[in-house]
Amino acid sequence: MINLFEVSETNKMIEQENLDVRTITIGISLFDCIDANVDTLCDNIYKKIMTVAKDHVPTAERIEKKYGIPIVNKRISVTPIGTIGASACHSIEDFVKIAKTLDKCAHELGVNFIGGYSAIVSKGMSKSERLLIESIPSAMKETELVCSSVNVGSTKTGINMDAVKLLGEIVLKTADITKENDSIGCAKLVIFCNAPDDNPFMAGAFHGITETDAIINVGVSGPGVMNKAIAQAKGKSFGELCETIKKTAFKITRVGQLVAREASEALGIPFGIIDLSLAPTPAMGDSISDCLEGMGLERTGAPGTTAALAILNDQVKKGGVMASSYVGGLSGAFIPVSEDQGMIDAVNAGSLTLEKLEAMTCVCSVGLDMIAIPGNTKATTISGIIADEMAIGMINQKTTAVRLIPVIGKDVGDTVEFGGLLGYAPIMPVNNFSCDDFVNRGGRIPAPIHSFKN
Amino acid sequence: MEKSIITVVGKDQVGIIAKVCTYLADSNVNILDISQTILDGYFNMMMIVDTHGANREFSVLVEELSQLGDSIGTKIKLQHEQIFDMMHRI
Repeated sequence: MINLFEVSETNKMIEQENLDVRTITIGISLFDCIDANVDTLCDNIYKKIMTVAKDHVPTAERIEKKYGIPIVNKRISVTPIGTIGASACHSIEDFVKIAKTLDKCAHELGVNFIGGYSAIVSKGMSKSERLLIESIPSAMKETELVCSSVNVGSTKTGINMDAVKLLGEIVLKTADITKENDSIGCAKLVIFCNAPDDNPFMAGAFHGITETDAIINVGVSGPGVMNKAIAQAKGKSFGELCETIKKTAFKITRVGQLVAREASEALGIPFGIIDLSLAPTPAMGDSISDCLEGMGLERTGAPGTTAALAILNDQVKKGGVMASSYVGGLSGAFIPVSEDQGMIDAVNAGSLTLEKLEAMTCVCSVGLDMIAIPGNTKATTISGIIADEMAIGMINQKTTAVRLIPVIGKDVGDTVEFGGLLGYAPIMPVNNFSCDDFVNRGGRIPAPIHSFKN
Repeated sequence: MEKSIITVVGKDQVGIIAKVCTYLADSNVNILDISQTILDGYFNMMMIVDTHGANREFSVLVEELSQLGDSIGTKIKLQHEQIFDMMHRI
């Protein structure tokens, strides 16, 4: 029988250490909505999403009450629109029409975000996928809750450098077109290598083409809980530190598994995966950086940071995998700058640089995330940063991503405020030596030798 | 049987258990087990209850217990037992 000590441990995690379920994301396939007429297509999409997800928010709220655990976000992901709109969309405006339909669904259902305004172009861009990418700036300006992602490379296909070059320009255009709001459009745009089909986290969630008609994916969280646990292992050996992280990850993930199962039964939609990611928030203590510093670093960014993050990422997986029947998505530790107070402090203290963050992405769950850079950064420089990050993913057979925000009108020394879970960030300096001739070559980088496993 | 856990945390005072029990009786919720302790001058109580035959929705019980807690200066939570089972038992 459960005892008072166990009950109060769980409730302490929820009340004092910010334990929550970060998101319940319903993935919805839009293949059966395809039509050659864009208005019919939008109509079909609207009807499908509104039908499948109609009980999403009330169900999540009921589960919140039942277990006394906050479910912070309710989200939807859809099949990449670059594919769904292929037959109907002949202009940027056509694609933006679909974005507005998605936005309308999200508003009416009361969900926090809808993802899948995406294109998978790791080897090549079809005409419609190029159009979708070109429509991203307008779509991000015209909508509020739509998130966009583009997969430009994979270990199996290499890197599509034409897409990388184009996206450097698109990121800048998106920043410019939303400059009145501190270029917030870029916070809703992620560029991936090896993007997973079942990621429940935004801005990169989409419902992959390998997926069934509808699926429930759940993202857990809990850097605050992890932080407390690591503090208790202060001065202990690495073996003991790792055991502590594993046990805590197990407990956190079990809550996600419970919520996922319950949501799946209530909504009549099959359970997909639990994403084990530790996702920080700007709340005090809910920080990955604090976890790293708790392991014995004066500041995140100091020598030892990459090793500490590698330990955290690996032990979270080891503990989490046993707690859930299906694990997927990104699963690891996120290191966004603006969403993590400890990261922001480390940048302000001069300890954490873009280059160190890049090194950290080799061992974290994703990549360069929510990093504000000067608005006058060249498009080719952004493409160069994207290419570097994609190369890390391609060679290491892991997911990597870039979510950079060139803040128009701001420079190093300024701060930018995004609000809510997106937080705020100091503008970080970028290496401005040119990579023009490299980025402008065109074509694609071939798949690496270790991808030939057959 | 639908086991749930009620926790009451707050400053110790006369009648906490009485008030919670009266509410539960009114709501037709059966009490299976009670344990309590005083930690640092704070009253900590845990009840295991069966909400199966309750005469109101689970979410209403959660709300009303929380309000009852506010009225006597304590924090009262009702949660389904499964969250603790999942977290602490393999």
